Amino acid sequence: MMKDDAQTPLLRVRGLTKTYGGRIGCADISFDLWPGEVLGVVGESGSGKSTLLGALAGHLAPDRGEVIFDTRAEGPRDTVTMSEPERRMLARTDWAFVHQNPRDGLRMNVSAGGNVGERLMAVGARHYGNIRATATDWLGRVEIDPARIDDRPQAFSGGMQQRLQIARNLVTGPRLVFMDEPTGGLDVSVQARLLDLLRGLVRDMGLSAIVVTHDLAVVRLLADRLMVMKSGRVVEAGLTDQVLDDPQHAYTQLLVSSVLQV
Amino acid sequence: MNDYNFAYLDEQTKRMIRRAILKGLAIPGYQVPFASREMPMPYGWGTGGVQVSAAILTPGDTFKVIDQGADDTTNAVSIRKFFERTAGVATTEHTGEATVIQTRHRIPETPLTEDQILVFQVPIPEPLRFLEPRESETRKMHSLEEYGLMHVKLYEDISRHGHIATSYAYPVRVEGRYVMDPSPIPKFDNPKLDRSPAIQLFGAGREQRIYAIPPYTRVVSLDFEDHPFEASKADHPCDLCGAEDSYLDEVIIDDAGNRMFVCSDSDYCASRQAQGHRGRLSPEVA
Amino acid sequence: MIEIENLSKSFTLHNQGGAVLEVMQGAGLTVAPGECVALIGNSGAGKSTLMRMIYGNYLAEVGHIRIGGVDVVGAEPREILKLRREVLGYVSQFLRVVPRVPTREVVAEPLLALGRERGEALARAEALLARLNIPERLWELSPTTFSGGEQQRVNIARGFVRDWPALLLDEPTASLDPTNREVVLKLIEEAKARGAAIIGIFHDAEARARVADREIDVSAFAPAAA
Repeated sequence: MMKDDAQTPLLRVRGLTKTYGGRIGCADISFDLWPGEVLGVVGESGSGKSTLLGALAGHLAPDRGEVIFDTRAEGPRDTVTMSEPERRMLARTDWAFVHQNPRDGLRMNVSAGGNVGERLMAVGARHYGNIRATATDWLGRVEIDPARIDDRPQAFSGGMQQRLQIARNLVTGPRLVFMDEPTGGLDVSVQARLLDLLRGLVRDMGLSAIVVTHDLAVVRLLADRLMVMKSGRVVEAGLTDQVLDDPQHAYTQLLVSSVLQV
Repeated sequence: MNDYNFAYLDEQTKRMIRRAILKGLAIPGYQVPFASREMPMPYGWGTGGVQVSAAILTPGDTFKVIDQGADDTTNAVSIRKFFERTAGVATTEHTGEATVIQTRHRIPETPLTEDQILVFQVPIPEPLRFLEPRESETRKMHSLEEYGLMHVKLYEDISRHGHIATSYAYPVRVEGRYVMDPSPIPKFDNPKLDRSPAIQLFGAGREQRIYAIPPYTRVVSLDFEDHPFEASKADHPCDLCGAEDSYLDEVIIDDAGNRMFVCSDSDYCASRQAQGHRGRLSPEVA
Repeated sequence: MIEIENLSKSFTLHNQGGAVLEVMQGAGLTVAPGECVALIGNSGAGKSTLMRMIYGNYLAEVGHIRIGGVDVVGAEPREILKLRREVLGYVSQFLRVVPRVPTREVVAEPLLALGRERGEALARAEALLARLNIPERLWELSPTTFSGGEQQRVNIARGFVRDWPALLLDEPTASLDPTNREVVLKLIEEAKARGAAIIGIFHDAEARARVADREIDVSAFAPAAA
């Protein structure tokens, strides 16, 4: 699918702030995400990137700020102030969330097919044969042997579990995917395969994504744009390769120069 | 007659339970929390149903208790004796004579009437518990009608067995709103829940929940378009009364593996035999 | 097609005492459609820096880089992404790809990103790989395991897979044997013939003489010694 030249950002974030008591989780975050764009958010542990992702995805209630999503039906809506049922509906239709640990994003006691089918059933699919056919198709797309459709995720490797989580999330054709360290905890070779898969899916489905990671190699390959966070604030943002190759902020320079070259 | 208050529970407690019941009737299928009391029997022996029965019994009632359809099993006998002793109400084994019927795992075969109340004993009231262990989350799912998960359970059934193998505690949707666990009745009984003239009350003692189906309420068993709900039973007539339409228990009768099928509803079977109906293994025939 | 005006660049090394390196001042050049301009100058004169600034890879603070109506200086990331997708190609010296992705996918990628039909994109990629003498048995393999020369040719195939209106070439003929060098020079000539504006760095003087219409000495853009 061609990245379109939409006039409206898919997501507009303004002044998003989340504190824990007196401590800053993330502060005054503002950015636009356009259809088809992948935004990387990098920073070290505790920099607020996971808090930001949680606040964007509606898992954490922000103290201040707007998260305006361009909904299919009604155009731009602030998801912070919309009702919980609406937000949850969004979360299982137009949004997807890929957790770092597949155990947090999968039902471990439900078969692979059931895991993929759940979102379909949640939006009203009631034909077993169709649900199963869609699940089979998606297992193939994430390179899991469809013969394993009735196996539970416990029997899968870490990389397979992560791919299953991705299939489960993308089956309803979301437009915005939140990813929290999607390749964390995986072997390097498995990471590469997953990155390739994600890139292909993002391109073919025209997805927008926000990827939180501390791995600069991951964002270089996956993200169009980058935000660098430190102590809950964005210190630098721009084109991914520009930020990595010509970092302007002292912290980004330190971050980039700290990476071991291979 | 004895030193207990009528029907064992104190009046304040009964009032509290009646309020929960009324709320349950007002919101069909919704699980109403209530302050379940310690009863003089262990959890799992019907403490929820007993508390509901205690709260609704009046001195003029005729009480029947069945366990798996039978009036003469330990659980049924104990509970019947309990209320004979603490409430002094009349008891019966005949479905048609009872005004309050407490049941574990069955709905009587004889159609119920507007003058009757059926009280179910419920072990796990939450139908979503199978897949979602967090109570906070299941409550939210009920309030937002997020019931996709219930179909995941049925999906898992079909994927594993080729058909919906859930044969008891088969989930239902009440009046198009709440998904409800009908307690571990066989799915054969599910159609009897639908538009029943009787009041149906459900009590879960350990889980502290009461829910209800008012008379003539729409109760639909969940299913898939290509795997519709079926109220199945063993494909036999009763070997004692010959009934073709009742739910059957399978009984092994000797070491050679021979078996017989008999009505699980003992009153229904006995009544039919009294009317002269006979089955394959009826003593007179053999 | 490409217009550069009064372009300056410095690097501030925050972690080395805030040292400021002035690397370019007042750079300017224009490239017309169908023209190839070669950047020359000693190593370190700023040829690659200039190329990277044109591609938006290095941030320029002063001046203008206008390509097909977009000023790269001060452009939104989104505009630069669109420019790279639709107008501006870049053959760098390094192949940076996701490991494991087959070579023909790597080469077809710019067409797929543009929304071209998959079969057509792959056919075009295969034709170029064949022309650049990459054996067919390698097409299904990831180029990460290839030799330097093979990687370079994959990179070139990727750069020429679509008809960019503007193209940046960083040492396109380095580490190539004569046969493949000839193929690449032909590709450049064809690109010029269809109207592409090209800026290149060629250490290979012979190649430069053959494809470049003009030479621009980047040393002229060196900042006046402080």
